[in-house]
Amino acid sequence: MAAKPKLSMYWAASCGGCEIALVNLNEKIIDVDAAFDFMFCPCLLDTKKKDIEALPDKAIAITLFNGAIRTAENEEMAHLLRKKSQVLIAFGSCATEGCIPGLANLHSKDALMKAVYLDNPSIDNPGKIIPQPETKVAEGTLHLPVFFDTVKTLAQVTDVDFFIPGCPPEPHQIWNVVSAVISGAALPPKGSVIGAGRSAVCNECDRKKEDKKIPKLFRTYEIVPEREPCLLDQGLICMGIATRDGCGALCPKVNMPCTGCYGPPEGVLDQGAKMTAALGSIIDIGDTKGISEDEIYQRIDAVLGSIPDYAGMFYKYSLPGSILKGKIS
Amino acid sequence: MKNISIDPITRLEGHGKIEIFLNDEGDVANTYFQVPELRGFERFCVGRQAEDMPVITNRICGVCPEAHHMASVKALDMLFGAEPPPAAKKIRELLYMAFYVTDHTTHFYALGGPDFIIGPDAPASERNILGVIRKVGLDIGKQVIDCRSRNHHVIEKLGGRGVHLAGGLPGGWSKSVSEDERKEIEEVAKKNIDFALFSLKIFDDIVLKNQQYLELVTSDVYLHKTYYMGTVDDKNRVNFYDGMIRIVDPEGKEFVKYPAADYMQHIAERVEPWTYLKFPYLKNVGWKGLEDGMDSGVYIATPLSRLNVSDSMATPLAQEHFERMFETFGSRKIDGRYQPIHHRLATHWARLIELLYASERMLELAQDPEITSPDVRRIPQQIVGVGIGSVEAPRGTLTHHYVSDERGVLTSVNLIVGTTNNYAPMSMSIRRAAEKLISRGKIAEEGMLNRIEMAFRLYDPCLSCATHFLPGQMPMKVIIRNSSSEIIRTVQRD
Repeated sequence: MAAKPKLSMYWAASCGGCEIALVNLNEKIIDVDAAFDFMFCPCLLDTKKKDIEALPDKAIAITLFNGAIRTAENEEMAHLLRKKSQVLIAFGSCATEGCIPGLANLHSKDALMKAVYLDNPSIDNPGKIIPQPETKVAEGTLHLPVFFDTVKTLAQVTDVDFFIPGCPPEPHQIWNVVSAVISGAALPPKGSVIGAGRSAVCNECDRKKEDKKIPKLFRTYEIVPEREPCLLDQGLICMGIATRDGCGALCPKVNMPCTGCYGPPEGVLDQGAKMTAALGSIIDIGDTKGISEDEIYQRIDAVLGSIPDYAGMFYKYSLPGSILKGKIS
Repeated sequence: MKNISIDPITRLEGHGKIEIFLNDEGDVANTYFQVPELRGFERFCVGRQAEDMPVITNRICGVCPEAHHMASVKALDMLFGAEPPPAAKKIRELLYMAFYVTDHTTHFYALGGPDFIIGPDAPASERNILGVIRKVGLDIGKQVIDCRSRNHHVIEKLGGRGVHLAGGLPGGWSKSVSEDERKEIEEVAKKNIDFALFSLKIFDDIVLKNQQYLELVTSDVYLHKTYYMGTVDDKNRVNFYDGMIRIVDPEGKEFVKYPAADYMQHIAERVEPWTYLKFPYLKNVGWKGLEDGMDSGVYIATPLSRLNVSDSMATPLAQEHFERMFETFGSRKIDGRYQPIHHRLATHWARLIELLYASERMLELAQDPEITSPDVRRIPQQIVGVGIGSVEAPRGTLTHHYVSDERGVLTSVNLIVGTTNNYAPMSMSIRRAAEKLISRGKIAEEGMLNRIEMAFRLYDPCLSCATHFLPGQMPMKVIIRNSSSEIIRTVQRD
């Protein structure tokens, strides 16, 4: 009997949610185990880095790489797994776009360290100590991995074959990919987004959409939305219009706006820019005939100015992978 | 930081490393348990809309997003001055009980339990969930999968998503519970109670009826007399969702009881240059280093500590098991409360008692007529500007502290995460194990990894959310250096 193809899963700067999503395949996890030699996954298995280093190049059929690149160690593992894998998949929002930890790119590394170790209300740090890559202690020297200035996506440090979006990807989408591979289906073109739809979340959302005209925007705590109509029509910033479908529009089902975790739809380069464009075309500032440019500006500002954090709303999951990147130099 | 404590990168390459230094005599001079990851939530949450925090802080941890979501939404209730209607609080707690059942189940069967069920000295390759299934039967493995599955289903129904839920809002919850959903959840809760009782029976049969294991549990290798922390209700009973934080001293006397919002008067955090994780301690006792005892500000926040600080359990079956555990350890009652159990391995037993409590509490809430009330939100009428929220995460008291401007935009964020509370005690447990296993240059190499692992796995550290599911060995590397700092031995789990 031919050896089973090797499957690996690795987490870089990540929260563990991608692994939970995989385990939430529940009994299907046994099918995964039957089809693959699931040989590397720090969450589930005990294989070590040196075992991966010992493999011939391309010995692993598929690696699901989740987590962003935050430290030197993350980047080193990305290069190692690229070398050892035939197919490297950026799995989940962090690896694909940087996700929520990527919001750190709005701040410098020094500001991050200062907030965590010097300025917190509960901190006791009279010596103004900040953790260092190398520390001499009485007994010797201790090392920590270098913390980078910015969060990067996997594709920004190595060559990626496919992208599975979502924070985390929904289990049925993971199964779609895994079962397709098991069945021997032909792989899509390199660089494709898989395990998701190609359209927008709105297409999966059962709320009733009207011709959008929004005279006022609301923050989620300000109104109780009606159950049937589109949340954006009700003035809540729902990212569904600028977000790839595939999750099943889960958040709108519990009356919460989509926050955008599946990234931009097919063909859209930048999710935040897409949302800005969409909002620009649907906000209603009334009849502008005969009024001054100044007044038009003020009316626009009266609608858009009610939301104080567009960066965090529009780029919540996608800042490092966006055109902006949000890099602080 | 919290993010640190959940980061697993360590485990893979052995960078979650433990350094052991020996002195000239070949005895342990010092040990260092380093945590090598930081993400900086406390900084990049500044500038965000406060109401986005339940969704943002979810991403601190994919294993316990529910805990972050709840601590966050409680902080928002305060920041927006909006008291949720009773039904909203009950829905939050109901969902939280479903989460506790999945999380404690996973720890017992995949992480901590294998040490006992398979045995502490069994080969590492056997001491995992697959080994557990081989020993106790495939049927039980299936029950574990079913238990996780049905409770994740409840979390998705009530919270929107199975991982990284979305339902929390200041002053309430985004959806109410239908009668059909209520009935379904009631059935889930009943099954959970059966499952919890069944799990306690396994613990009883395999551990308590085995003299060797019982001796291990009561061994002084795993004994530390520290302060204990946990949340209690108005009758000083264990509560995961709400109440006052109670701290008892090593003798069992109440040291302090305070609302979560006062945490800064009681907790401070130390920084060390060689690790990204901070060391919290009791401010009013003081930091004496990694030491046991009344004069050292080290405390733990775990299932065992929650039971140690409480007078009783709020549900009947859990109360029976609570009494049985304290009696088994010979704990006497003083002022109506059992003296604390200092044997850290009892944490596994305490976790199963909590599993039963969560299941019983889930049933109570599912049978509460108010749970289906459509009144689940209050619209905030003001922005107070400061919000502090706390819940008992499975791994310890979790606190979120936000400050905002008048628009509800955050200007300062502080987070003290469950596992972080236990950083000092885990470091102490590791040192104790090393001291017991290394003497005069002789190293009990074979037993060492198992014993050190057991010493800190009992805390269910979220550092090891890595090992939270399925084969549950903590990949680790222990470096031993002589008095000249030369590496004399590297012990690695393969």
